[in-house]
Amino acid sequence: MTTTTRPQSTGSAGDGPQAQRSMRGRSLPRLAPPAVLAVCALAASGALFAVGSFHLVSAGLITAVLYAVVIGAASASVENPRKAKDRLVTTVVYICFGAAMLPLLSLLTTVVLEGLKRLDGYFLTVSMNGVTPSMDAGGVYHAIVGTVAITGLAALISIPIGLFTAVYLVEYGRGRLAKAITFFVDVMTGIPSIVAGLFVVALWMMLFGPGQTNGAAGAVSLAVLMIPVVVRSSEEMLRLVPQELREASYALGVPKWLTIVKVVLPTAVAGLTTGIMLALARVIGETAPLVLTAGSSAVAINWNLFNGQMMSLPVFIYSQVRMGGAVNMERAWAAALTLIAIVMLLFLAARLVSRLFAPKLGR
Amino acid sequence: MTTTDPSATAPPQIRGKRRVGDVVFANTARGSGILILAILAGVAAFLLIQSSDSLSANTANFFTTESWDANTRENPAFGVAALAFGTVLAAAIALVIATPIAIGIALFIVYYAPRRIAAVLGYLVDLLAAIPSVVYGLWGIGYLVFELQGFYDGLNTYLGWIPLFAGPVSTTGRTMLSAGIVLAVMILPIITAMSRDVFKQVPQGHQEAALAMGATRWEMIRMAVLPFGRPGVIGGAMLGLGRALGETMAVAMILSPALVISPFLLQSGNQTIAAHIALQYPEATGYGVSALIAAGLVLFAITLVVNMGARFVVARRKEFS
Amino acid sequence: MAKRIDVSGLHVYYGDFLAVEDVSMTIEPRSVTAFIGSSGCGKSTFLRTLNRMHEVTPGARVDGKVMLDDMDIYGADVDPVEVRREVGMVFQKANPFPTMSIYDNVIAGAKLNNKRMNKAAADDLVERSLRGANLWEEVKDRLNKPGAGLSGGQQQRLCIARATAVEPSVLLMDEPCSALDPISTLAIEDLIHKLKEEYTIVIVTHNMQQAARVSDRTAFFNLAGTGKPGRLIEMGETNKIFTKPDEQETENYITGRFG
Repeated sequence: MTTTTRPQSTGSAGDGPQAQRSMRGRSLPRLAPPAVLAVCALAASGALFAVGSFHLVSAGLITAVLYAVVIGAASASVENPRKAKDRLVTTVVYICFGAAMLPLLSLLTTVVLEGLKRLDGYFLTVSMNGVTPSMDAGGVYHAIVGTVAITGLAALISIPIGLFTAVYLVEYGRGRLAKAITFFVDVMTGIPSIVAGLFVVALWMMLFGPGQTNGAAGAVSLAVLMIPVVVRSSEEMLRLVPQELREASYALGVPKWLTIVKVVLPTAVAGLTTGIMLALARVIGETAPLVLTAGSSAVAINWNLFNGQMMSLPVFIYSQVRMGGAVNMERAWAAALTLIAIVMLLFLAARLVSRLFAPKLGR
Repeated sequence: MTTTDPSATAPPQIRGKRRVGDVVFANTARGSGILILAILAGVAAFLLIQSSDSLSANTANFFTTESWDANTRENPAFGVAALAFGTVLAAAIALVIATPIAIGIALFIVYYAPRRIAAVLGYLVDLLAAIPSVVYGLWGIGYLVFELQGFYDGLNTYLGWIPLFAGPVSTTGRTMLSAGIVLAVMILPIITAMSRDVFKQVPQGHQEAALAMGATRWEMIRMAVLPFGRPGVIGGAMLGLGRALGETMAVAMILSPALVISPFLLQSGNQTIAAHIALQYPEATGYGVSALIAAGLVLFAITLVVNMGARFVVARRKEFS
Repeated sequence: MAKRIDVSGLHVYYGDFLAVEDVSMTIEPRSVTAFIGSSGCGKSTFLRTLNRMHEVTPGARVDGKVMLDDMDIYGADVDPVEVRREVGMVFQKANPFPTMSIYDNVIAGAKLNNKRMNKAAADDLVERSLRGANLWEEVKDRLNKPGAGLSGGQQQRLCIARATAVEPSVLLMDEPCSALDPISTLAIEDLIHKLKEEYTIVIVTHNMQQAARVSDRTAFFNLAGTGKPGRLIEMGETNKIFTKPDEQETENYITGRFG
């Protein structure tokens, strides 16, 4: 007997014998799902091979759909419609996760495979100075220099502003000013990066006249994007510092600002560092504002933030793609691999810092 | 406590005293906060000032014109109609694709994945957010568009009767749909993160109540999790929308642009504000830069409204729970 | 429809930690059985194994046998979902679904199996369940208002109505009154008296007067020692447990000379 049939309302007890409900509904054997999955995968890839157009993605897709149909039908006939639906949703949820992993894996493998074709010591240590676009030579050294200089200055601007704002919000902020800052920091997080670039273009036009592109302009536009991220993460970390620590410090007669400098900030230092590194990882890959502010045609090494165009890794990738030749694409892939490696290193370092230097607050 | 003169002659009295360090420190902190407000006001103000030049010289209606003849000193005629349409279209495609998948991923991580590896899997999804947009653009133009070509042909063959998928199919794959798909991948982690957070906060009591009355896992999710999490999911989707609206590089690199209003996703054409600015800026002359700044202002306004809406939805949920 | 529960040799684990050790007992149908004992002695944990709710906690598992009439609820092909339809549960903290109206809360569980329940049948079920939970008169005019707007005691009775609407044969109650004021508590106790004509009721309580008032039989749980698992010390007629228990441990607890 299946469990789906139940008599409707039986009134009060003793209204008549109620049909015994069995809890032992027929159910698919535990090994059924993996078995069905394997059969579906075999069938899908077999069929595709037969047609002669085997592709991992399409095979996976067909397998998933096939599995959903088979397991749903099997469950509906052996078990009951409710369970069939449950199994169907489970399948869909797994597919969703697979759908997210697919582009990640595809992107990472493509970048690594394509990038390794050109990424070597030579590529990392020469600039594009004197190299014509289609020449089989040149590298990204000037772009790395630009990225380091521009993001360095951006960090120099945004870390103090962001950190002090976070301190204000957590330690001093009361009332409307604090509320306004919190709100507008949120708004600022949503500014499109190209608008940040336009802002600096407009600002530089007013300050220095039209057509001024240099590294400093790029750094300011990146700082506009970085500040809200630093504020958010620092604020979160400072709020984690227990109130008792502050009170203990006050009780010793330490003034408030020293309490913040000597007690609060050191306690939160691991979290603050992590947040700042993640913010750096975020802006180091920004392209659009730099195209507008730092220029996209520099080919030579330029360490001077205040004079002349400055290339950076993301802009390098973009401008190489715009040129479109085979060599250009190779350079773009290699530069993308370099950029991803830098971002991932920052990510890993951030994780390590937060793990190794996490404040020991447990008792 | 107010500021007192330290030289006052009342020795044994304890009085509130404003130390120099405290004053300086507090004001620096406060000043930083105010500086942020100033920057934001500056963004709006400078964009307005610099765009007014071209807007007053514009001989066409800025909001209804599709074409862009701004690189001149004589009678510029330009408008954002096509650009605004393209911007919204690209973001809408991304949202339609990403939202259901993101909900699925969030459910997977919170309720389906084995608990031991759930955190790792969540980290993998976050990795999607760490990849720079220019790399997404490169991957899109250098790899994905070729892979999608066959898919588009099939889509056109079988669903071509739907106007959206009408032919002739672009032979390069550099279409609105390609841009939308890449944008969808980019906003996936944003929507997932927000949904995951709210799903985790669903009170244990509600889940147990549903299970205790004999709900399957899916029924428990439908009964207790989804209604509770809806505002968070909506807020996350709107944040993702804000990101998609403002995204520049992926679109600029993938889409083969044309300043028209076209609903045909499989043909080249359309353009977004952000990509248009990035592509046009290096060649802008005459009123060009000023006109691009005006377009940027429109983009700023659209994203501002969407983001504030998202914050509002999320904040309201917080009040309830 | 009330059923007998027969537990034999049940051990409950959280991962490697043995939380409850070797419990065997029989719970009679159409009666109220109370579990008493100090905090952390495993009585709630044990209660949750009676409808396999403990499985919701990661790492929790059991060893032993729980028979519901002649059905082993831990049998190989038994579906925990079906077990929970048969053995309903009411929680310590009233937890009506905040996004649903009073009406929808009551039929939430019943709807799962009977998608196409017509309006009349649904109305009938809601009224019957709410009357059964002594709540009908108080809420009949605002069935479409959210359940979260009710008082704590009303919410708890709503949860009882929600549990009974699924027509289980056993009702587990995990300290259902511990968050309520004395008047609401009294209302729930009255309800328990009424419900035991139809259901097998198991109630966990911290309040010994309550156990004495509502239950027919009482089981006393205690820890074997600090860090050791909880055990069933003694079970019997409530009267006997409260007047002349067999075990010294039980007497100490009852008379307040504990620890």
